[in-house]
Formats: sequence, structure tokens, C-alpha cells
Amino acid sequence: MDLISADVVIVGAGGAGLRAAIAVAEETPRLKVALLSKVYPMRSHTVAAEGGAAGVARDDDSFDNHFDDTVSGGDWLCDQDAVDLFVREAPRELTRLEHWGCPWSRQPNGRVAVRPFGGMKIERTWYAADKTGFHMLHTLFQTSLKYPSIERYDEFYTTDLLMVDGRCVGVAAIEMRSGQLRLFRSKVVVVATGGAGRIFPFTTNGAIKTGDGMALAYRAGAALKDMEFIQYHPTGLPGTGILITEGSRGEGGILVNKDNYRYLQDYDLGPLDPWPRKKAMELGPRDRLSQAFWHEQKKGRTIKGPHGDVVHLDLRHLGEKLIDERLPLVRDLAISYAGVDPVRAPIPVRPVVHYTMGGIDTDIDAKTRIDGLFAAGECACVSINGANRLGSNSLTELLVFGARAGQGAARAAAGGRSFAGETAIFEQGRMARDGLSRLFQRVGSGETVSGLRRDMNAAMESGAGIYRTEESLRAACATMRKIRDRYASVALDDKSNVYNTDLIQTLELGAMIDVANAMTASALARKESRGSHQRLDFEKRDDDKFLKHSLAYRAADGDPRLEYRDVVITRSQPGKRVYGGRQS
Amino acid sequence: MSERQVELEILRYDPDKDREPRFQAYRVPCPEDWVVLDAINYVKDRLDRTLSYRWSCHMAVCGSCGMMINGEPKLSCKTFLRDQPDRIRIEPLASFPIERDLVVVMGDFMNKLGRVKPYLVPAEKKAVEDGSYLQSPGQLKKFKQYTLCINCALCYAACPQYALNPGFIGPAALALAHRYNSDSRDVGRTARADVVASNEGIWECSFVGACSEVCPEHVDPAAAIQQTKIASTIDYFKDLLLPGRKG
Repeated sequence: MDLISADVVIVGAGGAGLRAAIAVAEETPRLKVALLSKVYPMRSHTVAAEGGAAGVARDDDSFDNHFDDTVSGGDWLCDQDAVDLFVREAPRELTRLEHWGCPWSRQPNGRVAVRPFGGMKIERTWYAADKTGFHMLHTLFQTSLKYPSIERYDEFYTTDLLMVDGRCVGVAAIEMRSGQLRLFRSKVVVVATGGAGRIFPFTTNGAIKTGDGMALAYRAGAALKDMEFIQYHPTGLPGTGILITEGSRGEGGILVNKDNYRYLQDYDLGPLDPWPRKKAMELGPRDRLSQAFWHEQKKGRTIKGPHGDVVHLDLRHLGEKLIDERLPLVRDLAISYAGVDPVRAPIPVRPVVHYTMGGIDTDIDAKTRIDGLFAAGECACVSINGANRLGSNSLTELLVFGARAGQGAARAAAGGRSFAGETAIFEQGRMARDGLSRLFQRVGSGETVSGLRRDMNAAMESGAGIYRTEESLRAACATMRKIRDRYASVALDDKSNVYNTDLIQTLELGAMIDVANAMTASALARKESRGSHQRLDFEKRDDDKFLKHSLAYRAADGDPRLEYRDVVITRSQPGKRVYGGRQS
Repeated sequence: MSERQVELEILRYDPDKDREPRFQAYRVPCPEDWVVLDAINYVKDRLDRTLSYRWSCHMAVCGSCGMMINGEPKLSCKTFLRDQPDRIRIEPLASFPIERDLVVVMGDFMNKLGRVKPYLVPAEKKAVEDGSYLQSPGQLKKFKQYTLCINCALCYAACPQYALNPGFIGPAALALAHRYNSDSRDVGRTARADVVASNEGIWECSFVGACSEVCPEHVDPAAAIQQTKIASTIDYFKDLLLPGRKG
């Protein structure tokens, strides 16, 4: 097996991974960075983010406002020290991206423009039309090409974190082009692999969002934190799940039911007027909007469509000029994939799985509790998003904490940490290789990757969707456990070494199954309703018992084992989340 | 669900096993709203686990799923079955070496993106504390179109010049150079000229315009190349008339 040495290994080359790599290169140019990704960097799912990135920009805004919006938006499950740091760093990181060439949309005076977003009191969402993630990702990727110390390993699928004496000392990864397992020895590893939306059947997430990094860390002994909190975005296209950005509501779009009635006024988000105003109606937070859809559906007030029930997102009153200038992608997507031109007709939409608030437990420096292991971006849970992320906080998060991970990794790698010995590394590598050999040799028993994936998708949607109960979650836990057992008998049809996607999909499914088990166990144990985690049998938030983070550890038998940790409260005591009303 | 079925003839090639590429046919259903990628996913999930191809976003922004569909370079996630005949031939992108099935070798394309120095070279470095550069909407508009490239490489598969000379820097990379050259915040044009204005750069383009025709994002690389040619010619005459002006 080839052994490649690099001071810092970064797994994942989306927004967070690229930002971390650049931070290492800028902090300490002599450190060698190996940047691994299972896809080319431009394919990473950061590319699909649309609406924008939050950071205080206006004179009438303040860090305190951004802090308050984020903490109440997260239903007080955010760690407030992390949020404080986040809101202060946010404008700096967004400015840095401007200096690197990001084509932010502008005001007539040449300054960067900001737009309103759900749950945000004042306009503070920086945007590049409605392709913000695309532009951020390409800006980061192109900027990363400046630094000779960053060596990319594109289309390498990381199978294992190499652990010696409780310390993370590198990774094993399959070079997809050759099928060979390569060992990477490093002083520090940063995991930045993004979310896990593909665990669910109906998601905005691309095919690659399979929770690989979460599973890597989980198996290596890290905790997955707050995994029960899964965000449904209120406006996805039926059938495909393609995201229609919240920016379309930021620009003034409205949601109506089958009676052409703006139903959000019935769910503590009204009254209607004056309109538009922030933190009200369509500019409420995502959890509340998706939950309102569920209630409308129960009342029979949604609209029947070929791919299930929908409501209508109406942009017609914005006019063609504004739609083309601010929301060109939305128009193109709606025409192409829903056959609807939003200039002339409302877009059919329904809630769709979008984001994992939970992830690998890290501190505010992006460090996990495993020595030598950092994590940042959606795969991590530094706890700025709490029980419900506000739209446009995640693009900023991957910059702020991607940079911190990179800086921390650079300091650790430069500060006298040494490489683990080759013998120990090869021993770990052999174990990883033997696992793959067994998979290649396994004889089929009838279980298929696609069959298991469908069963997992169905169990998660019916058991751990927008509303949950003891019964639905017990069923989901039991099914997911069985799926974990069944997975052990999946065999490969494709035994080739070259670009074997049967193999990669099988490994991705294994990652999703581990992560899904952590999700269902955490959700079952949280007997309260908070943010995106809504229990029909425990309708109230319970701060006495659950103002705590869930920590899921993978026990020796593969089952999740739960622990809890208090939320960090510094200056905002848990209160009532107020939206609507007549505040402006 | 519609009754219609289509036949996909997919190029198969596994260098571990096959001496040369071959075609394999699959019958798939054809719902009204399916794209070619949905049909290929159907094959992968239900008929043949050994088929390899790239895809992710299914919304024409990640740039992974470019392939030849009935001889034309297209994104399979944005090509609807309803617009295609009953028999659809699917091959990997033309002019690229085949890695496996519909997966092509992207290394050359990736290197070329890097060679044009696709990053902002500011006149003076600004500290973050000093805030953003000013850029008017008009200045943004001058290069915005060229920022929209998703690196899908369809333009390389369409380009007759790239087919003849794989050394050609090619449409996407030249458009990317033009994107930075046209950015009011950038002064890196001279640094990029070594590659952009070389024999393998803009002058290799014979202005057929196939790149712009197939571009799914309407980037218009052909226009970028023409504009670069003009700017580069002006540079040449300025150098002739004012020797040493670059100082």
C-alpha cells in the first residue's frame, strides 16, 4: 500500500474543506496539505446553495441582532459562545471572500447588497443572485489553486480514520480511478464532508450527501451531536426535491393554499399586514413554515399534484425584471423541472429534507474530542444552529468554522506534533484493506444496495419526519437496526477495480445507516418538542429536562449510546420564539 | 406513469476486462418528467449495478453529468426523455479518454483550469478591516456571465479544435481567464497572458462557436475568446509603439 505523508489531511473539498485548506496555506505555507474528496471540488454540494450568506452589513444592524435571531431561531439549543464568535467573524469572512473575487450582487453605490431572509430581523444576507453557494464554492476552489502547498486528491473516497492510541493519525482512502487503497499519514485530520440528506427519500441534497464524514468520526469514537434535528426546507419542487430558495420569499414571494389563502397567518406568523415585514409570515423560520404545511395538509387545504400534495409559491407580483435579476436560477429551475414559469404562474412546492443541524461534536475551535481530529461545515455540530438553522447561516458557518479548523490544524501541525510510526499506520491500513477484501468476496444473499436504501428512506420518512411520536420512532429505530443487520450481507455485483460505483454506493449506504441509527435513537430519547424536532406526544419544549445536547456514541455492538451535555447559555435565557406580530 | 418505454444504448468499457468499448442496451420506462439521468439511475438501481457514471445535484449546477446523448454533449440531468427518440445512444464526452463506461478522465481539463491563474490579482492587497472593494452593478455585469461556468466540459467535447489538438487550453479555461481579466478588481491580465495569449491559447481557436452552442449556462466562451483576442492584439500594438511600457 502506498503511504502518502502530509502535515494536514482534509477530507472533503466543498466550502468548508477548501476554506480550511486555504487557512492552513495562509497560516503556515510550509505545511503540506492533502485535500481529499470523493468528487472534484466544484461538484461538492455547497454548489447548490442558492439564497445567500448571513453577516451583519448595515449600519442599523448589530452583532447582537444576529445573535438574538440565531439563538431564538435555534429554539435556544445553540451554544451561545459559539454564536457570539460566529456573528463577529461572519462579516470578516464574507469580506475576505469578496477580496478573493466572489461576485456578490451590488448596490448602485458599489457596496455589497444584502437581502432579507427568514427569521432575520434586518437584511443581512449577502448574495450572488440566487447562485450564492455556486459562486462561493468556485471562488474558493479557484483561489485554492494559488497555493502550491495544497495538493488535491480528487475522487478519493475515504474509508477509515486511522487511529493509534486514541489519536487520529491519518486516513485510508480508495483512489477511485485505480481502486487502490492509499494510506495518508498526517499530524492532523480535518473532516468537512457535508450533510446526510440522502438518508431521506425526498431531499434537496445531491446524490453525494451521504454522511460519510459523520460516520467516519462516529466509528472512530466521536459523538454525533443533536442528530434528531433535521431541517425541512418549506419550498422544494415536488418529485425532484429541487430547492427553491428562501431568497424568493426574501424578495417578496408568498405562500398560498388551495383557496389562494396565505395560510401562514393561521400559525402564529401573522397578521398579514403590513407587508413585507421581517420575521413574519413567509419570512418566518423554516421549521415553523414546514410544520404549517403539515397542518394544512391534515386540514385538506393543500393542492393535489402528481407527486403528492403541494402549496403554491407565488412570485408573479415581483415582475419579470426583478425575477430575472435576483432569481434567475429559480425561474430556470421552475420552467425546466416543474413546467411552470414563475413570471406567469405560481410554483408548486412542498417541504423537503434539506439540512442536518446535528453532526460531529466540536468545540468552538472546530476541534472534536478525538486528539488530532477537527470537523467543520454541515458534517460538524459546533452548535450555532441549535434545533433549527436560520437560512443563510450555513454558508457563513462553513467559512467561519472552516477557517478556524484550518487555523487550528495548522497550529497543531506546526507545533511539534509528530507523525505516527509507519508500522502502526500499516497495521491500520491492513485492517481497512481486509474489510474491503471481505466485501469484494462476499457472496450475494439477495440484499441489494438499492433495495436497502429504499427501505431506509421509507423508514426515516414515516418514522422521523416533520412530526414524530414514540410509536413512529420506535418503529424507525427497529427498522433501522434491522437494516444495519441486513447490510452485513450486501454483496457487490461489480468486482472491477476501476471507478467502481457499486462499491462506493455500498460504502455510502453503510455510512448512512450508521448516521440514521444515531438520528432515530436521539429523536426517540428527546421527549419534548423543540425547533425541527416535533413530538405529537410531547408538544411542549421542556427546558428542565432537555436544554441539553444529545450525544450519540457508537457502542461496541453498533448501537447508539446516548449522553447529554448542557447547552452553553451566556446572556440569552430561553424564552418564547416570537414571529409575526406587528414588529417591523 | 406513461406507457412509453425507451431503449438506452449505453457505451460500456471497463479497462480491467474489455479490450475495447461496446454498447449495451437497456429498456427503461419513460415518465413524462424524467430526464436521461433518471433513466440511467433506473438502470443502475434495478437492472445493472455495474454501470459507472458521475452525477450529483440533478439540477444542472454541479457539472458532473455531462455525456454524449445521441451524439451531442449534454447534461443528462437537464435532457428530458420526452424530447428524445425511442432509442437513445449514450456515450462518454467526446475528445476525452474513457476511464470507465460514461466516466471520462478529467485530469487534463482540471490542469488547464489551473494554468490560466483563475484567481483575483488585486492592484493592492486590502486588509479585511478595510472592507470590500467597491464595484458598481455595471462593472459586475461586464464579467458576470463568465462567472457562470459550471466546469461541465461540454464545450471541450464540442470543440473541433480540442479534438484535433489536445494541447489547446480550450473554451472553459479561456472564458475563466477572461472572467478575471474583466473584473474591475483585477490587474492580473499580464500574468495570465503567457498561457492565454500563447499558441495553445486564444490563437488556437478557429471561432466555430460550437462551445457557446452547447453551453448549458449560456456562458458564451466563444465571445470571451474573441474579446480576449481583441484585447491581446491591442496589447501587441501598444508594446510595439511604446516599448517597455510594462516597465
